[in-house]
Order: sequence, then structure tokens, then C-alpha cells
Amino acid sequence: MQTVLSILIDAIAYGMVLFIVSIGLSVTLGLMRVINLAHGAFAMIGGYFASYAVLMLGLSYWLALLLAIAGTVVIAMPLERLLYRRIYRSHDALAQVLLTIGITFVVIGMANYFFGPTLKIIPLPPSLSGPVDIGLRTLPAHRLFVIGVGAIVALGLWFLIERTDFGTKLRATVDDSAMADALGVRTETIYLIAFALSVALAALGGVIGAEILPIEPYYALRYMVTFLVVVSVGGAGSIPGALLASLLLGIADTVGKYLFPDYGDALFYATVILVVYLFPNGLMGRAD
Amino acid sequence: MTGTNVTATAARGQLFAGRGTTVGAGILALAAIVAYFLLPDDLAFLTRIISTILFVLSLDLVVGYAGIATLGHSVLFGAGAYAAGIVAVHMYNEPAILLLVGGLAGALMGLVNGALIVRFSGLPQLVLSIAFVQLMHELANKASAWTGGSDGLSGIEPTKVLGMFGFDLGGRTAYISSVAVLLLTVIILRRIVRSPFGLLCQGIREDPIRVSAMGGNVFASLVAMYAISGAVAGLGGALAAVTAGVVGLDSVSFERSADALVMLVLGGAGSLYGAIVGTVVFQAFEHIVSAANPFHWLTLVGALLIAVVLVLPTGLQGLGKLVASLLTANAGAKP
Amino acid sequence: MTEVLRIEGLSKSFGALEVGRDLSLKLGTGDRVALIGPNGAGKTTFINLVTGAVPPSSGHVFLAGHDITTMSMVGRVRRGLVRSFQVTRVFRARTVAENVRLAVLQRERRTGRIFIAAASMADTEVEVAAVLDTLELGEFANRTVREIAYGQQRLLEIAIALALKPKVLLLDEPSAGVSREESPRILEAINNLPMDIAVLMIEHDMDLVFRFATRVVVMAAGEFIFNGGPGEVASSPHVREAYLGSYARARG
Repeated sequence: MQTVLSILIDAIAYGMVLFIVSIGLSVTLGLMRVINLAHGAFAMIGGYFASYAVLMLGLSYWLALLLAIAGTVVIAMPLERLLYRRIYRSHDALAQVLLTIGITFVVIGMANYFFGPTLKIIPLPPSLSGPVDIGLRTLPAHRLFVIGVGAIVALGLWFLIERTDFGTKLRATVDDSAMADALGVRTETIYLIAFALSVALAALGGVIGAEILPIEPYYALRYMVTFLVVVSVGGAGSIPGALLASLLLGIADTVGKYLFPDYGDALFYATVILVVYLFPNGLMGRAD
Repeated sequence: MTGTNVTATAARGQLFAGRGTTVGAGILALAAIVAYFLLPDDLAFLTRIISTILFVLSLDLVVGYAGIATLGHSVLFGAGAYAAGIVAVHMYNEPAILLLVGGLAGALMGLVNGALIVRFSGLPQLVLSIAFVQLMHELANKASAWTGGSDGLSGIEPTKVLGMFGFDLGGRTAYISSVAVLLLTVIILRRIVRSPFGLLCQGIREDPIRVSAMGGNVFASLVAMYAISGAVAGLGGALAAVTAGVVGLDSVSFERSADALVMLVLGGAGSLYGAIVGTVVFQAFEHIVSAANPFHWLTLVGALLIAVVLVLPTGLQGLGKLVASLLTANAGAKP
Repeated sequence: MTEVLRIEGLSKSFGALEVGRDLSLKLGTGDRVALIGPNGAGKTTFINLVTGAVPPSSGHVFLAGHDITTMSMVGRVRRGLVRSFQVTRVFRARTVAENVRLAVLQRERRTGRIFIAAASMADTEVEVAAVLDTLELGEFANRTVREIAYGQQRLLEIAIALALKPKVLLLDEPSAGVSREESPRILEAINNLPMDIAVLMIEHDMDLVFRFATRVVVMAAGEFIFNGGPGEVASSPHVREAYLGSYARARG
């Protein structure tokens, strides 16, 4: 029987994985107004690259991670240019849903074709495999690592958006893209960089979260709903919102499954309905 | 001069079924007859397709005509299927009653589902629709005393259709009854979409604010359309339950809802006939390709979706109209 | 002349930002009032307050004697308070006739009918044809809105408003975006509006204003600064200040 602390650590780690993957989705929704149902697919691609790099190429975990992120971004860029660009800021939610579902299906099909239908493991390096003694307790190193990365990502993004030039241009484009355009902000470049960042974060989350969200071809669909819920509950474009929503959902899901194993899922969805109905723009989102 | 143009349109509408409906229903009936003789051993499969057509037609009402984005429509189909199944196992098993029960259950579920999601648009609407179907899926699973849980509900044994035609093993009765139900539904739905209510919903789809500025109640109208859609979906679900004898838990699933949306979009939303074409083509190809390799099928569907969104937004029926107009233009007639 | 619209002390603030302050106005049947003012004065916000699109912070609105301040937008439309939009809001995928038809059907409360074809009710069709003829849109009846010129779309916007048989008509810049060649048609349409309607029109086109209005209201920075005959507008110092500001002062 697990202690309360270890359940909590698991829950927070799960929440952090959700955050790292979903924050990119929140950005693309808040900025380019794209409901990108293929976002989970990018996380999955990252996971596959990393697994292949470690298991087949014998590379170290850390190198594999970098390669996975780079590789996923490389794949995503032509998609951005050829496909996503056509549906930016579109009012046709259905077209976005269908296009991105289409991309998801293709990615799943290809993943199975290249890697087969079985689960892919990304073996952890020794530094992350064992327990860590923090005095009163020992906790799994991997979970602590994930939580740490999540915190760094949150802080890093906050700094990027609030304190840098790029961030200012990003915020300007979100608020009023026509105006930003007129002021000489190259909105297309901003979108490209934001999309690349979003995909990179997804890949990061996919790789380091592989212990919690296992890599297999249906990953892209299986967790798509969860990512959407995080963004919906947190509010598109809000970093604190996504963080709050991810942690809440991670804790609610884990604790729920532990306390009410029979009704955990039903309660989860009922809660989602309640929150989204009362806060359609998310707990910390702005009205459109 | 203007008056004549406008009232001429009015006169056409006074027939029981407009010209478009008569032609369409005629083609549909013809296709059904041809299929009956061409594929006598696959009638069960064809009957399944018909239930799905009803489901996708119902989706067309809310997506193609009312402009709502939902990935959870199968709650309505499943509601009809389970309602019919439960009544059949515990109370009456007269087919007509079961279809009625299914339609009513679907309509009620449509009211709830509609009231939940029509106030919103974009991501919140989508997420609510998904969360609702997932919730219903879990509840259906938990209520296994009534629904059979993940094993499904079996033991549905309907009595004779109209008191005369028993359900034979060859599936002939099931097929013919399903075709009849489909034809009737298509005729009624064509009327509804060309009615003042249908026009109102299409207006809401384009510009809800404009409709409010005309004095129209957007919320009430959309919920009403959802109820009608629910009735059709529930009818489809009940038909599936009656003809197959079982109701699976996947009747209420996100996957089923997504599939239906794909079928609708492939065929083309907003015309009813697109829903039929899309379903038939999708099911036929799935039958062939998916048996060979389900992942190849998934890739193909994904590629098709991308193509449809970017190149052919009106779907296959748009392609059909394009071909038809090209042909009539070539024949010298004015389009 | 009977009073048909009375606005008393309407105000609206978004936090510290006051966009409407103590706005009061009376309209009677047959009135032709032009609402003018520099950009950002709050004219469209005023219309939004009157129609109920935006709830006021304080004040009252009376339509034909009834207090409609808390009534929904839909309720006000059904009682005869109709507006047109500055940026055309018509159903672009539908035909011109269908746009007007929907308005008439909605007014007649027939939009709940599902088993009859929308175009099959003779009395409705007669009315649709009449409205289209009034605005000389008859020849476009069966064309989709996408196929007609913007000027004709603006006329359709007015046609829809007329089809709703308003008691009070609020026109938001009816000639906005319309070319010079087409604006006489708009003016003609507005001048031919039934005399039993009260019309309030926001406009920037002064030509249109002076040919149309029996009364002019000037709005600046959320307040009404002038309410009188068209002849006295130009000479009012408040108005000159509002429009020209320091430039006027410098010029004397």
C-alpha cells in the first residue's frame, strides 16, 4: 500500500507531464486559434524517436532526448507550412478538428508501419532509475525529475513571454494580429516559432513522460481528450492556467482512481463537464 | 415579375415531396433493390450500414445544418439502442414499439446533450461533447445489470414485423424493414430541412447574432434541432439493436462519434444525401481495407480527411454536384 | 405625434472606463433623428445599450410606454425595436429572398414549423416580394448574397429590418462601405421608410444626414452634447469643439 506522499508525487508527476505536453497546445490555441487535435501525435513521435535512439542506436538517454525533440520539430515544420497555416485564425472549428484528426490518423498509421503495434520503452539512465533519499522518505528519481522539468518549463515560458522581445511580439500578435502586422511584427515568423516551440515541448513531454504515458501507436488518440481537457479547463494561452489545470486533473485522476476505483472515470468526466460549463474560457482564460 | 419568381418556388413546395426529394428517394430505393439482388449473402452487413446511415444523417442535422461541432453524437445512438434493447428483453419485443422507444430515448438524450453544449462554440463545445459521451460510456458500463456492461446486451428477440414477417436467418426481413425505415426518414428529414425551422437553423449556423437580432431564440431552436437529431439517431440505434439482436458498449463511444463525423465529412455535410454517400463509401472501403490492415485503413482515412478539408470542403456530394453541373453545361442546358 | 421610444439617463462603465454618461433621448412616430459624432464617441455602444446587447450600468429604456430596460434583446425585437448593423450581417450562403423570408417568418412566429416548405406560404411570399420590390432588390431574389454587390447587401440589411415591421428602427451607418455610385440608392431607401416608424440613424456621411434628418443629436466622449435641428448643428460651439478640438480653437 502506497503512502499518501508517494501517491501525491505520482499525481503531481502525472500532472507535470500533462502540463509539459499540453502547454504547447494551449499556446497554439491561444495564439493561432487552432484546435490542434494532432498535438498528442507530436508527443508520441518524440517518444518513438527517443526509444529508437536508445534501443536501436545505443545512444544515451540525454542525447536521445535532444534528438527526439529536434526530429519532431523537423517533421512538424513542413506540416505547419503546408497544412496548419491554412487554418490559422479560422472560425471554422470543424475544419480544424477534421484536418488535425486526419493528421493524427496518418501519424498513428505511420507509427505502426515503422515501429509496429507494441509498446515502446525508453530505458531510463541510471541517474533517473533509482530512488532518491530526501531525508525522511525515499522517492523515485524519475518522478522528481519530471516535476523539476515541469517547474523549469513553466518558469522558462513565463520568462520568455513576459520578459523577452519575442514574448512581447507574441503577446501583441495574440491581442491584435492585424495591428501587430501593421507595426512590422512578422506574424508568420512568430507563428512558426511558436508552433516549433509547442511541438518541441510536446516531444519533451512525450519522452520524459513515457513511464507514465506509455508510447504505442494509439497514444495520439488515447490521451488527446486529456490534453484538450487541460487546455479547456486552464484557459487557452494561459501558462498558470495550464499548470493549475494539469496539476488539478493529475491529482483528481490519480486520487480518484485510488479512492473510487469503480467510479473514478465517471467522476472525472462529470467534473470536467461542470468546470467547462461554468468556465468555458477556462479557470484562468480570457473571453474571446 | 418578382412576385412570380418567388411564388413559383412556393408552388413547388406544396407537393408532398419536392422534386429533389422524390428523385433522391427514388435513387435510394433503386440502390437498395440492386444491392438486395447483388449481395444476397451480405444483407446483415448492409442492414448495419443502414443503421449507421441513420446515425450519420442525424449528425448532419446538427453539424451540417445547425453548425454545431460535436465529437460525442453516439450518446444519442446508444441511448436508442440500449432503450430498445432493454425494453425488448424485459417488456415488449414488438419491433415497431422498439423503434418508437429508441426514437424517444434518443430525443430525450438529445435534449440533454443539446442543452449542455449549444450555448458554446469552439473548444469548450467540443470538450463538453467529448466529456459527455465518455461519461455516458462509463455509466453504461457500470449499469451492467441493465446494459450487460462490456459484454453488451444480448437476447433481443423481436417478434414479427407488422405481425406478418418474422426475422429470418438470411436477414431479408431485417434488410427490407430497414430500407423502409430509411426511406421514410429521408423523406421526412428533407421536409424538415426545407421548412421554416430548417431555414432558421441554417441561419443560426451562419450568424447566431443576426438571428437574435431578428427575434429568434437561438438556444431553444438549437436544442429543438438536437432533439430531432436525437430521435433519428435513437431510431438508428434501435434499428441496430433489433436487427442485430445485441447492443455493444461501443454504441456509446467517442470512437463511434468520430467515425460518424468522418463519414459525414467525406460525403459532404449539409445536404443529407452526402451523409448517405459518405457512409456507404466509408463502410464499403473499411470492410475491404480494414480487414487487411487496420492501420493502413487509418492512414487512408486520415489522408482523405486532410484532402477533403483542404481541397474539397463540400465532400463527395460536392464532387458529384460539380460533375453534374459540368455534364449539364456540356449538354448545352443552362445550369 | 406619439412617443414611441424614451431613453432616460442611460449610462455604462467598464470598470473605470465610462463609455456612456447620462444619455437621454425621446423618439416619436415619424421622427427622423441622426446621431453623429467623432469616432470613438460611443455611438454604436449607445445602440448596443438600447437594443439590450450590452446591459447598462444605470438608466431606463421605454418602448411604447413599457419599461424594457431588463428585457432581453430578442424580446425587444419582437416588440418592434429593430437595428441594422454597421458591418453587414446577412446570411451569405442563402439567397436574398431567403434572408427576407426568414425575417418575415420569424416575425410571424412561423419558424417553429417543420413539415411545411419555407417558401410555400402565400401570404409570407407576397410580403417577401413586396419588401424586395420596395428596395429594388427584386431582380436578385434568387441570387445568393455572395453574388451581389456590397451596396445591394446593405440594402438587404435594411430590407431585413423592414420585414420585421419595426416601431423603432436604429440604423448603424447604413451607407458604411458603400461606393459613391451606390449611396443614392441607400438614401432613397431611407427616405422611403414608412412614416409610422421612428428612425434613429448613425451616420458619418453628412450629405445623407442633412437630407434625412429632422433632428440631429451629437455625441462625443460618451455624452450627448447637442440635440436640435440640423440647421443649428454647425454653429454650435460644443459641436465644433468636439469635432475639431484645438484646431477649431486655434482657427477661431
